[in-house]
Amino acid sequence: MGELVFVGLGLYNEKDISLRGLEEIRKADAVFAEFYTSLMPGLSFQKLERLARKKITVVSRKILEEEDGKPISDEAKKGKVAFLVPGDPLIATTHVDLRIRAERQGIKTRVIHGSSIVSAVMGLSGLQNYKYGRSVTIPFPKEGFTYETPYRVIMENRTMGLHTLCYLDIKAEEQRYMTIKEGLQSLLDVEKQKRRHVITPSTLVLGVARAGSDDPTVKAGYVGDITNHDFGPPPHILVFPAKLHFMEAEALITLAGAPEQIREIVK
Amino acid sequence: MPRFRQTSDILKLMTKKQDIRDIGIIAHIDHGKTTMTDSLLAEAGLLSPKIAGEARALDYLEEEQKRGITIKTANISLLHEIENKPYVVNLIDTPGHVDFTGKVTRALRAIDGVVVVVDAVEEVMVQTETVTRQALEERVRPVLFINKVDRLIRELKLSSDQVQSKLLRIIRDFNNLIDLYGEPEYKDQWRVDPAKGTVAFGSALHRWGFTVDIAQQKGIKFSDVVEAYHKEQWQELQKTIPLHQAILDMVVKNLPNPIDAQKYRVPQIWKGEPDSEIGQAMLNCDDNGPTVICFTSAQMDPHAGLVATGRIFSGTIQEGDQIYLVGAKKEYRVQQVSMYMGAFREVVNRLVAGNIAALLGLDLARAGETLINMSHRDAMIPFERIKYVSEPVITIAVEPKHPKDLPRLVDIMHRLAIEDPNLVTTINKETGEYLLSGMGELHLEIAVKFLKDYGGGLEILTSRPIVVYRESITGQGVVAMGKSPNKHNKFWIQAEPLEGKLIEMIEKGEIMEEMGRKKIGTVLYKEAGWPAHEARNVWALEEHKNMLVDMAKGIQYLREARDMIIAGFRWAAQAGPLCEEPMRGVKVKLMDVQLHEDPVHRGPAQVMPATRRAFLGSFLTAGPVLLEPVYKIGVSVPHQWVGEVTSIITRKRGRIAASEQKGSITMINGYIPVSETFGLSAEMRSATSGHAFWQSQFDHWEKVPESIALTVIEEIRKRRGLPPEIPKPSKFIDEA
Repeated sequence: MGELVFVGLGLYNEKDISLRGLEEIRKADAVFAEFYTSLMPGLSFQKLERLARKKITVVSRKILEEEDGKPISDEAKKGKVAFLVPGDPLIATTHVDLRIRAERQGIKTRVIHGSSIVSAVMGLSGLQNYKYGRSVTIPFPKEGFTYETPYRVIMENRTMGLHTLCYLDIKAEEQRYMTIKEGLQSLLDVEKQKRRHVITPSTLVLGVARAGSDDPTVKAGYVGDITNHDFGPPPHILVFPAKLHFMEAEALITLAGAPEQIREIVK
Repeated sequence: MPRFRQTSDILKLMTKKQDIRDIGIIAHIDHGKTTMTDSLLAEAGLLSPKIAGEARALDYLEEEQKRGITIKTANISLLHEIENKPYVVNLIDTPGHVDFTGKVTRALRAIDGVVVVVDAVEEVMVQTETVTRQALEERVRPVLFINKVDRLIRELKLSSDQVQSKLLRIIRDFNNLIDLYGEPEYKDQWRVDPAKGTVAFGSALHRWGFTVDIAQQKGIKFSDVVEAYHKEQWQELQKTIPLHQAILDMVVKNLPNPIDAQKYRVPQIWKGEPDSEIGQAMLNCDDNGPTVICFTSAQMDPHAGLVATGRIFSGTIQEGDQIYLVGAKKEYRVQQVSMYMGAFREVVNRLVAGNIAALLGLDLARAGETLINMSHRDAMIPFERIKYVSEPVITIAVEPKHPKDLPRLVDIMHRLAIEDPNLVTTINKETGEYLLSGMGELHLEIAVKFLKDYGGGLEILTSRPIVVYRESITGQGVVAMGKSPNKHNKFWIQAEPLEGKLIEMIEKGEIMEEMGRKKIGTVLYKEAGWPAHEARNVWALEEHKNMLVDMAKGIQYLREARDMIIAGFRWAAQAGPLCEEPMRGVKVKLMDVQLHEDPVHRGPAQVMPATRRAFLGSFLTAGPVLLEPVYKIGVSVPHQWVGEVTSIITRKRGRIAASEQKGSITMINGYIPVSETFGLSAEMRSATSGHAFWQSQFDHWEKVPESIALTVIEEIRKRRGLPPEIPKPSKFIDEA
């Protein structure tokens, strides 16, 4: 029986991979990668293959979900397989099923971590890890279906004084990445129906674009202003802060250009 | 000759509801409906001076003949005077052939009375029975016109006495239909009787006709008619006893006006609360009430766009009104209001309750749609869905001979689908084929002719007709679990057969999705005996009579996943696991659900396939069977060929239900699977030397005999490019 190693690729380009991760790739008999769960804006696939010194097979959502990642587990039964995933490989719950199934088939699994958007946003904004509630994804609106969960999660977190990290939906197959503006619009649409004053033009929000790159955009402000702020190319992400610790307020003002009045939210 | 009147005079007439009759003409094929309508239009048409300058009614008929197609008109308004008192008779179009029975039912919604035309030679036939039954079910009062009496004299050479006894037999048979299908409180009153003026006799072809009343007035006896034909002087009859007078006298004197009719018809055809504001307005045909219109037809006019014709049940309608279409859930502004004069539309400012209106600007209006004025949009319960007696059971693929014509074909197919909602047009996404499904071979032939005619000689290739099947189950399946593709969501579903009684109620429109969960719940609890917790949790009712019931309790986020689960249910129901034919009569219970926390991990792409898998899995463990459509068939044939006809029907897996002698003819009634009817015409013709006349129409779904079911399934799977074996339940059911 072989081995399946989940290797995190990090956030921005092929150089974000860890040295240990690179070693695992180079030792592997077969290397697979998926790029549908998030966007690494600076990544060059050729450079990654050159770095890996071997051919890398890209697997689609269809292969992983509908075919249960069969090509990967087939290889992993015979030899050592590296499976490359953007960010930290098991932060989004997507691949845990593959890992469980591999273990049950007698395939040994290991994880080489990568940097994750979760820690990057906390670091860039100064909003403390200790104060986050549940995170949630804002899905692309789809005709006939409505999503209220993001709105509810923000509301519930806030009543407990907790920040909310909002991932923005991506459809990598169609090259669609939700922008901060679209994410806020989707929440404002729910607000129109629910009218609980969870998201108003004067709600404080933090937007981050291209975390992990050399030129990330980090901007905090009121929803009305942030909607119109130019964050540049994707990927984007949102945080709705709740009550602020004084250090958080200072960090947002100094590092994210938040208005000075936010000191009033400090408790 | 057509009457020429100022529009303003007619409008004044249209406000006098006592003097309006909204009626239709129904008949078995070839019993003379079209000839009779043409004759009425020619003699009693109603034309405005403006239109009269451009075209006269007769020219209109010539145009129709020249083009060789029936210019379909949704309504014809006629003027008829009795003792110098004018009446408006609105004649709403009801298509003539049995394959169009669905259209007939839609028109019945808008009319209060019908003239049933019966051929004196062929007598009461299969479709006479069907359309009369439908009329009675909608509380539409019938009168009878016995047509083609001339043939009894000229072809059958019957004596005056023989003619009369044949006519009496037709009246007796017709009254038997009323006894059989009429509601107890109306059937005695509605029985037809020559003495009461509710039966007319005549010849639409030769344009004469009379009721007993008229005959007495003019001193005409049957023997005079017989005499006139013997002396070749039947043209005289046209002058002494013109057809239109007989028919329209009979209509005006016996069929109800809108005020009287709506009092007893509204409770039958509309399921809302009679005591509500809308209910009261409709019961009273009140001009000052909320505006309610039920459409009977939607046609594409090359110049005007979509023309929606319907009956105003209450209130008024005028240009510029903001209205709401209940079915389409859409607001519109009415761009133009017209009434009909003869077969032409004449623009008017305003029309009031009880009349037939043609409206422009309502792109999504379709036959059967309900219109309500904006301020009452939330209070309106739509008219009961039309009770379809027939279902599309045959499909053909169509394609243009020249690929460049494809856009044109698609455009015309779209138009055809608007005008004939019984025709289902679909695109097979895998093969790119354009499919037309209809109620029989003739229905499809006519549809193809329409495509060719309206495409300006478009050349079309059609495939061999294919029978449409259904998949169903005979027992309760296991509680099957299906996982979403990402494995983070689980759905437990159990399939079981829907009770036959319930399927019937759905077919009759007594339960429909538009009623809303609460009302469906009440009906299921009170009338179908469902336990309360099941009855009040019906999530969806699918077009092929499948039902989704939520039995899961206290599941977080289920509300958000609900529409996706319903979409997965509908998806599965449209293509069953046996051979991807639609399912029928399946009750699908959602037993339990486990969902991922995050909405993108439980989006439609995850929830729909999982729901479908669990449903298909349980279905396959529930004793799946294939159902085939079965026609009711009626054959009239001279005695000496009865044996041949009987043996053809039984050889084709059919069965004879009854046979009855009518003079020299035997009427054979029976049932025959649709799949066995291709080529039946030729066989019947050669076996009886062309002496058998037959009619068939969809009657019911029946289990395909086990001896051939597997072969049929295999053939369908092959046609669809599926692997030959039926999948095992384990293909769909997931393990924990």
